[in-house]
Formats: sequence, structure tokens, C-alpha cells
Amino acid sequence: MEISLLMIITVVIYLLATAIFGYIGYKQTANSSDFLVAGRKQHPMIMALSYGATFISTSAIVGFGGAAASMGMGMLWLTFLNIFVGIFIAFVYFGKRTRKMGHSLDAHTFPELMGRRYESRFIQGASGLLIFIFMPLYAGAVMIGGAVFLQQVFGINYEVALLFFAAITAVYVVFGGMKGVMYTDAFQGAIMFIGMAILLVFTYVKLGGVITAHEKLTALAPMVPAGMAKAGHQGWTSMPKFASPMWMSLVTTLVMGVGLGVLAQPQLSVRFMTVKSNKELNRAVIIGGIFILMMTGVAFTVGALSNVYFVEKYKMISLDVTKTDPAVLKAMDEGTYIPPKEEQTAPAKTVPVTAVKAAEATAPAAAKPPERKAVPDNIIPIYIAKAMPEWFTALFMVTLLAAAMSTLSSQFHTMGTALSRDFYEKGLEIKSKNTLLLNKLGTSIGIIFAVVVAWLLPKALEGGSNIIAIGTSLFFGLCATAFIPMYIGALYSKTVTKTAAIASFLIGSLTSLFWMTFFHTKESAALKICKFIFNKDTLAANPVIATLDPIVVALPVSFIVIVVVSLMTKKTEEKHLKKCFEGIEKLAAKTAKGGK
Amino acid sequence: MLGLEGTGVALAYIFTILATLLCIVYGWVNWNKGDEHEKKEVKEEIKWEKKDSKLTK
Repeated sequence: MEISLLMIITVVIYLLATAIFGYIGYKQTANSSDFLVAGRKQHPMIMALSYGATFISTSAIVGFGGAAASMGMGMLWLTFLNIFVGIFIAFVYFGKRTRKMGHSLDAHTFPELMGRRYESRFIQGASGLLIFIFMPLYAGAVMIGGAVFLQQVFGINYEVALLFFAAITAVYVVFGGMKGVMYTDAFQGAIMFIGMAILLVFTYVKLGGVITAHEKLTALAPMVPAGMAKAGHQGWTSMPKFASPMWMSLVTTLVMGVGLGVLAQPQLSVRFMTVKSNKELNRAVIIGGIFILMMTGVAFTVGALSNVYFVEKYKMISLDVTKTDPAVLKAMDEGTYIPPKEEQTAPAKTVPVTAVKAAEATAPAAAKPPERKAVPDNIIPIYIAKAMPEWFTALFMVTLLAAAMSTLSSQFHTMGTALSRDFYEKGLEIKSKNTLLLNKLGTSIGIIFAVVVAWLLPKALEGGSNIIAIGTSLFFGLCATAFIPMYIGALYSKTVTKTAAIASFLIGSLTSLFWMTFFHTKESAALKICKFIFNKDTLAANPVIATLDPIVVALPVSFIVIVVVSLMTKKTEEKHLKKCFEGIEKLAAKTAKGGK
Repeated sequence: MLGLEGTGVALAYIFTILATLLCIVYGWVNWNKGDEHEKKEVKEEIKWEKKDSKLTK
């Protein structure tokens, strides 16, 4: 990446503004309630932007945008779920009850809400521990992305960039607590919104308008590489072939795994407890819906359409562009590129393969340069650098930094409170005289742990570019299977018992971890435990099982367990249920009648 | 439809926009609704904050 003075100035201004918002949060944090749930009085705009900016990390834009460039616009089903499930269902059907129940039970964190609802010290402590152990993988993934960015912008080494990135975020999380996190999130969310809106408009205008751009992308179907066509790819404006490996990966892992997993993300659920009434949640639905459309909707559309741009410019699809030497691309931009002799003689117009492929097919093996691997994560950055004006490249880079920091700050906050309030104070029953100080201390320990993980991860696992996707999907999948049945039971059912919630939590998370370790190749190959014991990457006999996401297996198991065990165990006391559902049933009845 | 070849993708495009419209309409219609518990909750909060401030000191 070529770094301009403009980019450095933009990043410095952005960091200063972030520091100011973090400082405002610090000045307004006086007690635990401020630190944990931002005093429960946040403006709907701040809440919605904070929720959205936390939800959307750099990997959602760059990683998943790159996935859309290779798999096509079928990825928009994930945007649909992000908006319909991640915003509408989450705010209206989960958010309102979470807020009210959280208030009635004086809960300040997601594990605390579950623990108090089911009257279980174990649930709060174990949920806190699960978050504290596994969230660093997700936080590590986000931190790696941010650190690599700073490394490139300032030309510093990776370790220094990692420490710098973590330190800036840490300062406003530890001192500013949830208020610092939410104010900076809202600011970062606003930058992300502007960046993505400009990207969408520029792309459609550049490619001739909405319908024309789509038609051009449709016309590229014959250029799908043979290997991808075999895996089920049918063109960028068609869904992959039903039940093919690509369909399984797109539908079960990306669309369902991430689309449904969002419902039980502790760092998101806690935001419902930061507003003073359901009115704020009603208003936040508008901002949240539009924000997510502009994030993943734009990233997936532009990601897929990047193929049209690259084919028009270089006669190759996006994936092949990432395989091409940047010096070759630069020479092609300047019109000084001289293709190898074999490529010149290849009948380019009649062969529906890329220029690089044509060269590969005709060049003698001995003369072939070493094969570069396609890196989907590089598609969006290359597209921005090539297709957009320079000033936008600077803005977009800050957009990505904002996306990483807003997600990371909430992860730090959630990990810290999981350790201090949920595991230490409740799980181990150790009373503290100064809970605010303890929360700050827990957050600091959580941050150090996450930094160590981010530092060790690339060393421990091979193939650095996969870490971001694996860390994210592992945490999303685990949260979904461990928490969703228990969370729905807590908010909507009086018959789900404490024992059932514990059983569902344990069996759900263990099934998910087991499937990731031994069957789902994406994680099992990286974790290497299956390889160590059985000398193969997966125990799955056929590719469909190997690509079946853990959530598809473990979530139904977790649901069955919670229902069956509830039927077999002692009911919760009526008095406690009354306290939990205070104000909720009246609200539900009014909603059903079309009132408030 | 919309220049998109497959029905699956065209539906995803349309549903995505419809889901956003649903959020907008819902928020618009319920803009001033949902604050009926506010007074009671504020009283509870004042009580908690006093307790919390004592612990923090």
C-alpha cells in the first residue's frame, strides 16, 4: 500500500477525535452503573450506532466483502439476516425484554442477567469464564486486522503496531468504561457510515448504474474458474448449486452461522440495558437498520461488483487480481505492461479464462513464476486503491480502523466485566469494597490477555489470513449454541428451569467445540488437534459434513436439551418469575392489542 | 430481475431493502411509544445509584 501524507494526517485527526470522545466518557463515569451500562440513559442514536459499529468489524467489511467477491451476491442473504434478525428481531423481541428484565433484576452484564434470571451463580460465573477464555480469539482476530493496518500506514513493525493499537483502545475502555466505549463507537460508526455510502455511490456510478452494473456482473458467469464451478459456483448473481460445498459454506457458515449467532453476543445484548426505556429502542431500530444496510449490504454488493471493474480494467476477475504481482498491475495501469509472448498469442477473446490463467495454461512449466495464492481479504483494499480517488482511500482506511476499534473496545469491555463482575465477584463469591476499581482492573487484565493472544495467534497457527475468519466464527458459533436457547428461555418462558439452562449451556458449548475440533474442517485443520490424534484434518467422511457449520449441529442439540430437561426438573418459584417478568407481560399484552 | 440472474440473489437484494424499510416503518410508527415504565424505573435507579456510590467510595 502506498502511504500518503494525507492518509497519515487523516489517521492522526481520527485518533485525536477518538481520544476526546473517550475523555468525555471518562469524565462522566462515576460509578459501576456508568462503567457497566453507561448509566442506563443513552440516546437512541448513540445506542444504535454503538450497537452497529460493535457488530460490524473490519472483517465484516474486508473479509466478508472479499467472500462476496468470490462467492457472489448470494452473500446478501447475510445482510438480510443482519438487518432482520440482528436489528429488528434483536431490538424488538429481545432488546425490550432484556432491557426491562435487566432493570428489574438490576443486572449489568449479559452473564449477570442470565445468572439472576435463573438464580444460578454457576450460570453467571461459567458464562463469564467462557466469554473471558474465548473472546480473546475474536478480539485477537480484530486486533490483528487493526495492527496490520497501522503497521502499513506508519511503517512500524507488527509488535509495535499491535501494542499501539491495543493501548489507544485500552485507555478509553479502562478509564471511560461503557460511556467511553459508546461515545467513541458512535463517532466511529458515523465515519463508517459516510465511508460506505460514498463507496456504494461511486461504484454504481462507475459501472453505469444499478441495473447495468448487475447485468455486467451477470454476464461474467462464464469466467467462473473451473475449480469454483465444480464446488457449486454458478455465477456472481446466482446462488451456488444447492447442497454443493460452496452452498453449504455460504448458507450454513456465513449466512446462518453469523446471521443467527448475533442474537446472543454478550457485547451486543448488554447495549439493550444502556437505554432508559423502550422508546429509545423503538427509535434505535431505524438507525440500526439503515446502518447495517450501509455496512454489510454495501460491502457485499461492492465486493461482488469489483469483478466487473477488474474485468473491464485488467481482463481478470477479482480473485485473480489478488494473485497478480502488484508491479504487474501498476504497469498495466500505466500502460507499460508487456505480456509474456505466450499470452500475446493466446486468443484472449475466445477463451473465457483470465489473463493470468491464460499465461499459466500456455507457459512452459519451467519458466512459470511461483504461483501466488489468491487472497480474498485483499480484494476490497485493492479495489479501493485502484478504483477510488486518493482522498477516498484515506477516508476508507480510517473507516476500517474505526470498524476495528469500535468492535475491539466493546470486546475489551465485555471480557473485563466477564472476569471481574461475573467470574470473580459472583462465580467465586469474592466481595469487593470498590466494584468500579475492580471492573477497571478486570478490564485491564482482559486487555493484556487479548494482546498476548493476538501476539501469539499468528505464530501458533499457520496461514495468517485465516485467523481473522476462524477467530470470529468460532466465537459467534460458541455464543450462539451456549446462549441462544438459554436467552430465549429467560425472556419468553416460565417453564425453562435452572437445571435445563445449565445443561443446555454445557452441552451446547461442548457440542460446538467438539464439532469445531474434529469435523468442521475450517476450524479443525487450523486447531490441529484432530491431526495430532487421528492424523487427518477432519473425521468427516464426506465434504458436505466437513463444511456443515457447528451452529447447525450444536444449536438444535442445545434446544432439545433445554426443552427435555425443563420437562424433567423442578419448576422455578412463582415469586421469582413474577419479579423477572414484572412489566413485561403487560407490555406484551398491549403490543398484541396494537397499543404501546 | 434487477439485472440479477438467479431468483435467489434477486430475492436477497429485495428482502434486504424490505427489512430496512420494516425497521424504518416500525421505528417511525412507535417513535413516541414505550416509555410507560420510565418513572418507576428512575426511582429504582436513584436507589441503586445511592447504594453503588457508597460501595465505590
